[in-house]
Amino acid sequence: MRELVRRYGVTLSGIILALVGFWLLALVVLPNLSLLNVSFRPYLPVDQLGGPDDHYTLRNYVTFVSGDPAYYFLGIPISIHVNIFLLTILYSSVVTLVSLAISYPLAYYLAKVVRASNAPTLFALLLIPLWVSEILRSFAWFIVLAYQGPLNAMLGMVGIGPIRWISGFNGVIIGLVYTYILFMLFPIYNAITSLDSNQIEAARDLGASVVRTHRRVIMPHAKPGIASGCVMVFMLSAGSIIVPTVLASPGSRWFTQIIQQWFFEGQDWNTGSAYAFLLLVLCTVFVSVMMRVMNVRLVDIAK
Amino acid sequence: MSEDVELAQVSMDFGQFRAVNQVNVTIKAGEFFSFLGPSGCGKTTILRMVSGFIDPTEGVVRIGGSDMRGIGANQRPTALIFQNLALFPLMPVWENIAFGLEVRGVDKAKRRAKADELLRLVDLPGAADKKISQLSGGQKQRVAIARALAVEPKVMLLDEPLSALDLKLRQHMRAELRAIQKRTGVTFIYITHDQGEALAMSDRVGVMSQGVLQQVGTPNEIYNAPRNGFVASFVGENNIFTGTVTGGEGNYARFETAFGTFLTRLGPGVDRNSIVKLYVRPEHSTLQSSAPQGKNSLPVEVSEVAFEGNFINIHCRDDQGKIHQVQVQNDPSNPPPQPGARLYLVFPAEHAVLLSDSAQVQGHA
Amino acid sequence: MNNNNAGRLILQIYMGIFLVFMLAPLIVMGGAAVNDSRFPSVYPWKGLTERWFIDLWNDPRMWTSIRNTIFVAASVVALSVPIGTAGAILLNSLQAKARSFVYGVMVAPILTPGAVIGISTLLFWNMLGRPIGAQDSLPFIAGLHLSVLGQVSFIAAYVMLLVLARLQSFDPGLEEAALDLGASHAQVMRRVLLPHLYPAIGAGALIAFFQSVENFNITLFTRGNSDTLTVYVGSKVRTGITPTINALALCLIVLTVIGAIAYEISRRRAAARERAEAREQAKAEAAELQAAGA
Repeated sequence: MRELVRRYGVTLSGIILALVGFWLLALVVLPNLSLLNVSFRPYLPVDQLGGPDDHYTLRNYVTFVSGDPAYYFLGIPISIHVNIFLLTILYSSVVTLVSLAISYPLAYYLAKVVRASNAPTLFALLLIPLWVSEILRSFAWFIVLAYQGPLNAMLGMVGIGPIRWISGFNGVIIGLVYTYILFMLFPIYNAITSLDSNQIEAARDLGASVVRTHRRVIMPHAKPGIASGCVMVFMLSAGSIIVPTVLASPGSRWFTQIIQQWFFEGQDWNTGSAYAFLLLVLCTVFVSVMMRVMNVRLVDIAK
Repeated sequence: MSEDVELAQVSMDFGQFRAVNQVNVTIKAGEFFSFLGPSGCGKTTILRMVSGFIDPTEGVVRIGGSDMRGIGANQRPTALIFQNLALFPLMPVWENIAFGLEVRGVDKAKRRAKADELLRLVDLPGAADKKISQLSGGQKQRVAIARALAVEPKVMLLDEPLSALDLKLRQHMRAELRAIQKRTGVTFIYITHDQGEALAMSDRVGVMSQGVLQQVGTPNEIYNAPRNGFVASFVGENNIFTGTVTGGEGNYARFETAFGTFLTRLGPGVDRNSIVKLYVRPEHSTLQSSAPQGKNSLPVEVSEVAFEGNFINIHCRDDQGKIHQVQVQNDPSNPPPQPGARLYLVFPAEHAVLLSDSAQVQGHA
Repeated sequence: MNNNNAGRLILQIYMGIFLVFMLAPLIVMGGAAVNDSRFPSVYPWKGLTERWFIDLWNDPRMWTSIRNTIFVAASVVALSVPIGTAGAILLNSLQAKARSFVYGVMVAPILTPGAVIGISTLLFWNMLGRPIGAQDSLPFIAGLHLSVLGQVSFIAAYVMLLVLARLQSFDPGLEEAALDLGASHAQVMRRVLLPHLYPAIGAGALIAFFQSVENFNITLFTRGNSDTLTVYVGSKVRTGITPTINALALCLIVLTVIGAIAYEISRRRAAARERAEAREQAKAEAAELQAAGA
């Protein structure tokens, strides 16, 4: 703090602190605390607010785990909402792994293999789908996968009968991968570019196979990028609203759609916020686990 | 008009580390004063205290008689030339130079005129609209000086400005800086670790070691009359002998060493009871084939003859294996001895000085 | 080496396939905008038409959405650029533990699901209004202003990251030099620090704008009754799709492509300029060495 005042004087430092304070308090910390707070309060009609029933309660969270145990997880009966939550986690993880598998070779190619003159053009091409908004990306895929859509038309031309792509969670998975894969590609690319190419050549020179070179030289260096990419893709997938809405078949719902239900159809902000808080916890846990497993700190997130 | 700079019992602590220790010196108005010393001796810290980026932990910095405590860097009548010059990369040359005037509200035409005038002063006419990235090292130097002079400071502070330049360029710039200082009459405070630079450019030099000011004097005094072993060693070369004082009268003392007893002179602040070493400069030593009567001498064997251009350094080894140097002018008609020759190292008493080691706290300047 | 070339070829093919995978759906979507078929598709192809664009032009809700989206985006830029820049400057003057902690709090919104940000923003401002009984009036109810605030919470972090990166290449000695020459702190900021940061601030403003335009999750929960482009598209998807959406999509894609080309051109120009400057400096150095030796 003293350093700040020394460099910029009292007035400017005051302005800087005020701006940052407003940001971190009013826009980040306090809203999340409100979320936590509301999640522990019951859903009451307006006139009963502040009255005898308005006390802290676990009721909203109980709603999450209760209800007809129509599903089983490892032999334990679970409610429908818990089931959806677990499925969301499962499929988001699948999306993350698929994105990672697809992106890694591409990131490596862009960072180390491609000719320097071609790189910017490739980049520009890749940036176009990124700048076109997420909504449009989801929607585009919806058109492609439609039962009467072009993909089936193309396959029909080679005699493969029309496939119902959007069944179960398949459409959602493909849609999520398409929509968010660039968030995996660019962090890994950034990480690999910072690796000195001489190291790769040295490894090859010493006789290491391609696989070993990647495993022992390139991947460790790319770890922060991989961690960053996984965190972003998982978070975006688990929290995605539009892709599951557009691409899921009626029987398969996403956790965010449940939250939407509570807020808009049920007008129950309290239970809704409890569920939202669960989503937040999920993402936080994922970030922590990823940081621990990959041995990276929070300073890995960069665009 | 330039002004005095007074450092009165100034000390600077960084946590537990005392970077500057009780420095006491008054730099006179219009003087070219250098602080000379190895890295870490505290000279940069002194410069930052005078320019106002840090305030001393103890003591007072006065400029022109006024106490500078609490007065920030942007309010002091000083201008600092940074070691890496710190020219503003996004402004053209003339805007760099005129920056000090711009922040004082001078109008554009006057600023431009002043920049042109200063560019002529530092011998860079026509460079006004160039970008900093187009300039060479020496040119950037001169722009930095012009920028500092534009605010007409009472005191110019220079932080090892020539260290990044090539040798020839450095020598050229030394003369230029001195000329500019004489022309403008501004007080210059210059810090460097290069003794040649300090001796060549300065009116007076302050030698520093480990935060303590060891000696202040003219270059002549620093070189020919060093006050202690540190100053004698840092500036110029020495042949050093250890031993004990055994007697003598007046200013002279008998100094007993492993090679015999020498007649030596007592250095400043030293008496017959101090712990001292004997310092003899190579240019005051000669090599002779036999030990002359009544003069200090010791037997040595020539180990190496180093031809350095206009003089020759002869390295010779004494009976205990220690190397001494003798310096002679390069005279082709009088060739130096060959390696292996067994001769006597001879030196006169008045150039054999007894000195104590460096001062731990400054005595007086 | 043969191995190397084979590997390179495989990767090139892979990249080609990936590019097709990425761009084909967009082309399909654009194609459906001009196909005379009620359901958006390119097969069966029923002939070129511009009627979807006309329908789009005549849709008042679309125009309201565009207006609202631009309003929100402009507000987001106006807020997140100063906040993000201030954040970067503050962070840069912190050390070790304090720095990591503040950095963590600043970056957290990027890692938070948009739905959570939207909901928490809505709840917080609603709660603020309660003690004064104003929870049903501005600014405590849902509306575009809350969308702005919710989006700023994470977009400011992006701006902060960009500015912070740019700050690393700034020599703090320049600030000291300016102060030493007599500048006030405000002058130092205006004439020395900010000019250095302008590229990052510009990039940040651009990123902020586009991130805001394309945001859906936060906007969905905070907008109240107002429409923005993304919400408009999203609602259409649920209700009844006609290729007017594709027409809109095609317009946006074309704009994006133009933007990408413009970016590429400016990048090449800047690179050429830098090369020219370096050449000049080398010449000046050589000339100087000659002069000093002579």
